Amino acid sequence: MTELDTARRVPEATPDAGAERERALAGWAPLLRLALRRDRIMLPAWIYGIVLTVISTASSYQRLYPTEADRAQVAVSASTGALRAITGPAFDLTTVGGLTAWRVAGLASVLAGLMSLLLVVRHTRAEEEAGRTELVGAAAVGRYAVPVAGFLVAVLANVSIALLTAAGLVALGLPVAGSLALGLAIGAAGLVFGAIALVTAQVASVARAASGTAGALLGLAYLLRAVGDSGATWLSWLSPIGWSQQVRAFSGERWWVFLLPALLTAGLLVAAAVLLPLRDAGAGLRPQRPGPPVADPRLAGPVALAWRLHRGALLGWTAGYLIVGAAVGAVASDVGDLLGDGAQAKELIDKLGGGGADVVSTYLSLIVGLLGLVAAAYAVQAVLRARTEETEQRAEPVLAGAVRRLRWGGGHVLVAALGSAWLLLVAGVALGLVHAWRTGDAGQIGRLIGATLAQVPAVWVLGALAAALVGAVPRLVAAAWAVLAVCLLLGQVGQLLSLPDWVLDASPFQHAGDAPVHTPQAVPLVVLLAVAAALAAVGAVGLRHRDIG
Amino acid sequence: MTDPISVSGLTKRYGHTQALDGLDLSVRTGEVHGFLGPNGAGKSTTIRILLGLHRADSGAVEVLGRDPWRDAVALHRRLAYVPGDVVLWPTLTGGETIDLLGRLRGGLDQHRRDELMKRFELDPTKKGRAYSKGNRQKVALVAALAADVELLLLDEPTSGLDPLMEEVFREAVTEARDAGRTVLLSSHVLAEVEALCDRVSIIRAGRTVESGTLAELRHLTRTSVSAELDRPVDLTGLPGVHSLSVEGDRLHCEVDTAQLTPVLARLAAAGVRSLVSRPPTLEELFLRHYGDELPGPELVTA
Repeated sequence: MTELDTARRVPEATPDAGAERERALAGWAPLLRLALRRDRIMLPAWIYGIVLTVISTASSYQRLYPTEADRAQVAVSASTGALRAITGPAFDLTTVGGLTAWRVAGLASVLAGLMSLLLVVRHTRAEEEAGRTELVGAAAVGRYAVPVAGFLVAVLANVSIALLTAAGLVALGLPVAGSLALGLAIGAAGLVFGAIALVTAQVASVARAASGTAGALLGLAYLLRAVGDSGATWLSWLSPIGWSQQVRAFSGERWWVFLLPALLTAGLLVAAAVLLPLRDAGAGLRPQRPGPPVADPRLAGPVALAWRLHRGALLGWTAGYLIVGAAVGAVASDVGDLLGDGAQAKELIDKLGGGGADVVSTYLSLIVGLLGLVAAAYAVQAVLRARTEETEQRAEPVLAGAVRRLRWGGGHVLVAALGSAWLLLVAGVALGLVHAWRTGDAGQIGRLIGATLAQVPAVWVLGALAAALVGAVPRLVAAAWAVLAVCLLLGQVGQLLSLPDWVLDASPFQHAGDAPVHTPQAVPLVVLLAVAAALAAVGAVGLRHRDIG
Repeated sequence: MTDPISVSGLTKRYGHTQALDGLDLSVRTGEVHGFLGPNGAGKSTTIRILLGLHRADSGAVEVLGRDPWRDAVALHRRLAYVPGDVVLWPTLTGGETIDLLGRLRGGLDQHRRDELMKRFELDPTKKGRAYSKGNRQKVALVAALAADVELLLLDEPTSGLDPLMEEVFREAVTEARDAGRTVLLSSHVLAEVEALCDRVSIIRAGRTVESGTLAELRHLTRTSVSAELDRPVDLTGLPGVHSLSVEGDRLHCEVDTAQLTPVLARLAAAGVRSLVSRPPTLEELFLRHYGDELPGPELVTA
């Protein structure tokens, strides 16, 4: 009865292992070319985005701190817990290269990891789910050709990032060894997460879960090193992001550290190769369990359907925000002791986007800003789910029912809006409770919940932008991600690059305030809400007037 | 009462592609109407416009007396739709999907749902991602056929069904018609169309090229005639005779059905020893319109 049974792959015994291997890999080259053709715009955008982030940071440091004496001053304040939690451990900060590595090794590694895991899932499991793998699988294509081609896309991308980064830094006049080490460190972190995604693609039951699990591991890796770098150093060594920093580019490179990502990647590839033949095409490793034969009475409309489609992912995100909030709350009060209240520390924190006030509050406001940006990523992907439903032809049967278009699209937007606000609330509660417990100041609970919730209007602007694109210009929905990436870069390195104010002000997060340093201001938040409402209205009008499906 | 579906002069353009170019379609209450045409002729586009999912560029469209673009929601309570390529939510079971689709329309006949599920041998506990193409199709069919609606829009609904299930489908459609429902059936399975449809519209390159009952359509086409005669006869020059081949006293030709009488008279005069005359099958009818043999004016598109 089931096609899956007939598709079960029976390992056949052959005497000739070489020929068998060749058959298993047959067809990987045209598949790789196909993948590169499909990604000919997205892939260069990722690569150049990451490379330019590193190079422009180095070039700014060259301009801002031209002499070793300038840099020595920065170094004093940078070697402290609060900043280390956000950027990474400080090694030799007396050189431009050392400063650059300290500032961006972690950020660029996270971006490379994100790129790689999305690429690998896109070209392996997502293709399988769309049924296209069967199409090519029926051609002379070996069992391992699809995953090998998918992983090779990530390899090519990360090698490009490593080499272009190194070349750019050398071109700025930085030492060759350090430039190469930093480039390779970023590429190595990318590869590790590509390999992690290859494994989750075998285990998870659907593509979305595969990239979600790999993404959660990426978040965990960032968190491990953030906590590790604020004190418990050994934790940093458990994190592939931490390895990128422990390579110590420009600070007496420790080349042996590269063994860690190399070994982990190799191990993960072997694991993926072992797991692959154990599962059926299109299915995960976990066996199919029968579900309910009738629908819950509450599953009765487009909004209920949207909730059903989003609830699993939101549960995972909630757990993540809870853990991050609690972890940050646990370390925040120590940050002040480590950092001290020196004028240089404040100057540096200003450069990073903080604004005077006490160090703990500044640290918390930086974290809250990051939580806001990541919540915006949640909101964007939740809104874009509507577009995915449409392109995968699942919107058609819903809209062929007695369902208003706005209720269908609105269901996803509603989940995105409430879900992102919920995440910030959860993080605020966890952060506030733990920080209040550590400091013995119950007032922190309300203060920090207020701070995270003040991010909601800016997050909604991004979500509403995605909604406007889905409604009015569905072909350009990917632009929502581009805008989010620009907001991230403006927030992280915008001031360092001395960009003009009007550029910095283009990011809604620039107007979200810096709570808990200052109390959130009503006017900018109301303006942000108005912008979000206007964008959502554009989406609604567009959706009512265009062809769907 | 107006026709459940009445379309005239419908046009729709996507970028440089003229998908529909003056299409006419009228479906009468209580009939099963076959909607035929080669791939890319515009069948699915027409159905999307009938559903109000896509907007017509020009032309008049009425479904159950309403404008589908403006009154989509109210209309959808009264009709059900089965797409040709059913995509299910990977994490919802078939049973959940059927219930959901039914509720989105405003309700489902529980008794019919269970009965159809049994007849189609559908396991409702499987998750969407685990169903084969045929089983996905069954999920959409059960959801549509169990709905208490006036109009069924079926876009190549049997693709992927095995012959036994196709038979179940035919029974179910016949029952729907007997219950007074109107069915628009887009299909490539000619046997299915011949068995089920009261009237047929054939479209090509976005235009209707033929519309009517099967009998009427046959009348418009040629009858194949094979005869064994006492003495040779010359049919050349007679109007309506095509593909004439003569081998001694044997003769084969295709005759425009309207011109049969003079041809048969001429044959009778020559003395008929045996005669086989066969009306055109739907398949032949089809091939005439699908193939490039008869380029009509509709082929001259930009």
